[in-house]
Amino acid sequence: MTAKDVVASLRDGMTIGIGGWGPRRKPMALVREIMRSDLKDLTVVAYGGADVGMLCAAGKVRKLVFAFVSLDAIPLEPWFRKARESGELEVLEVDEGMFQWGLKAAAFQLPFLPTRVGLGTDLAELGGLKTVQSPYADGETLIAMPALKLDVALIHVNRSDWRGNVHLFGADVYYDEWFAKAADLAYVSCEELVDRMEDHYPDDAQLNVFERCFVTGVVHMPAGAHPSSMPPAYGWDMKAFKAYADAARDPGDWAAVADRFVGASEEAYLESIGGKEAVAALPLPIF
Amino acid sequence: MTDATLAELCIFACSEAFRNNGEIVATGVGPIPRVGAGLAKLTHSPELMMTDGEAYLVEQPVPLGPRKYDDRKASGYLPFSRFFDSAVWTGRRHAMVTPTQLDRFGQINLSYMGGTYDKPKTQMLGVRGFPGNTVYHANSFFFPAHSPRVFVPEVDMISGAGYNPAKRVPGGNYSGIDLRLIVTNLCVMDFGGKDNAIRVVSLHPGVTFDEVQAATGFPLERGPLTETPLPGAEALAIIASLDPHNVRATVLKDNPPAIREAA
Repeated sequence: MTAKDVVASLRDGMTIGIGGWGPRRKPMALVREIMRSDLKDLTVVAYGGADVGMLCAAGKVRKLVFAFVSLDAIPLEPWFRKARESGELEVLEVDEGMFQWGLKAAAFQLPFLPTRVGLGTDLAELGGLKTVQSPYADGETLIAMPALKLDVALIHVNRSDWRGNVHLFGADVYYDEWFAKAADLAYVSCEELVDRMEDHYPDDAQLNVFERCFVTGVVHMPAGAHPSSMPPAYGWDMKAFKAYADAARDPGDWAAVADRFVGASEEAYLESIGGKEAVAALPLPIF
Repeated sequence: MTDATLAELCIFACSEAFRNNGEIVATGVGPIPRVGAGLAKLTHSPELMMTDGEAYLVEQPVPLGPRKYDDRKASGYLPFSRFFDSAVWTGRRHAMVTPTQLDRFGQINLSYMGGTYDKPKTQMLGVRGFPGNTVYHANSFFFPAHSPRVFVPEVDMISGAGYNPAKRVPGGNYSGIDLRLIVTNLCVMDFGGKDNAIRVVSLHPGVTFDEVQAATGFPLERGPLTETPLPGAEALAIIASLDPHNVRATVLKDNPPAIREAA
């Protein structure tokens, strides 16, 4: 299917989980397609980077579930900051570990999973999180992290076949598996699309981090994570991130710069950044 | 006399936080804590585990700054995708970090300052993993500019658990809260005072307790108040090898020497 088909299946008010982590492995081509659509009032659930920043900047987000929003080398995501400081976002702020715990609760169709995380902080009070008591002899009081049930998950993977047999590699796959399992519908974009995985990469089956029953549809999108990183294919585009961050100060108005960071179409966007070849040449980040 | 800089003295002090920690993941976030953790591993505490900052465990700490992507030699694998399972929620980690604020209870903030949850005046990173880190494993802190804006009576948004009795829910298990050292450009502090109050343990050469107190937004206790030790030649050589591009020279304002010049 195409990115347009994916976005056409989404509705206003949906809860959308976005895979990846900060400036890494973000399904940015799918996010850009949402940016080109009329979708609104979304609840976005993400380990946030520029995906969250631009969706907030465009006014598409009603509620955000997050533990951080950051571009790493540019620690504070400027468009997200603007949206927060304007008071226009409803938020649920949770710890990074609680976040994946909430996805796991959703995946297992549980109302919540218990955790110590959040005790001793302001998270529970500010986010309206409740506690539960262990029914066993210890009687421990724990925070009940609610399930982060997703209507849709968007994930960018290294390769897939048309059935949704995905291969995820690179140094780290973060929590993409749990976004897929927490969602009613999960769409993956991929760097490489093959017809039948077993005919092409039979020896790489251990890279199948989640099974095809968790994949609703596949879109072929080489360079689809740009400007985030997609190891080992390419690193993040720090020049593009910097231009994007600078634009939050000057001119500071998303409508004036949306065309630069989204483009009228994915083809136009890719052309504006020098094509797939330029993306493929981006060096992997060194930590 | 020594040629050591104050940044190097701080690195040396940070490395002490990781002594006798056992076989746990030592995470230093930022140049000074990271080189400090590496120095600990290469000197007194080789049992420490450490990542390359991405996904692999390494036995040789990776140096700061530009190097070849594959220069690291992986001895193991600890990606984010299993960081909570393996390191954080099992308590097998000691992190040294730099939050925006820290208060008299050791509570930290990196979420927002001023305003409200719904409309913060200044939005920062978000709580990240600090609630989990602080309730499960050891934590230490490094601050490059000791000031009342950093050390506040009470933080604006409690993003990491400390020793505040008012933030205890009956039946909650707080036994994992384990705040260790605070290293700053002026001194080394710990939580060894009454009811885990923060106390000054050692002063950097030429610094007085009164100066530290004046730069802190709450009363401090007096610990032994020794002089923070200077790194020797071996430590300085290792520090240089872990920071070949001298990033450490950019962390403290004006990169002062470890021993203050007479006023």
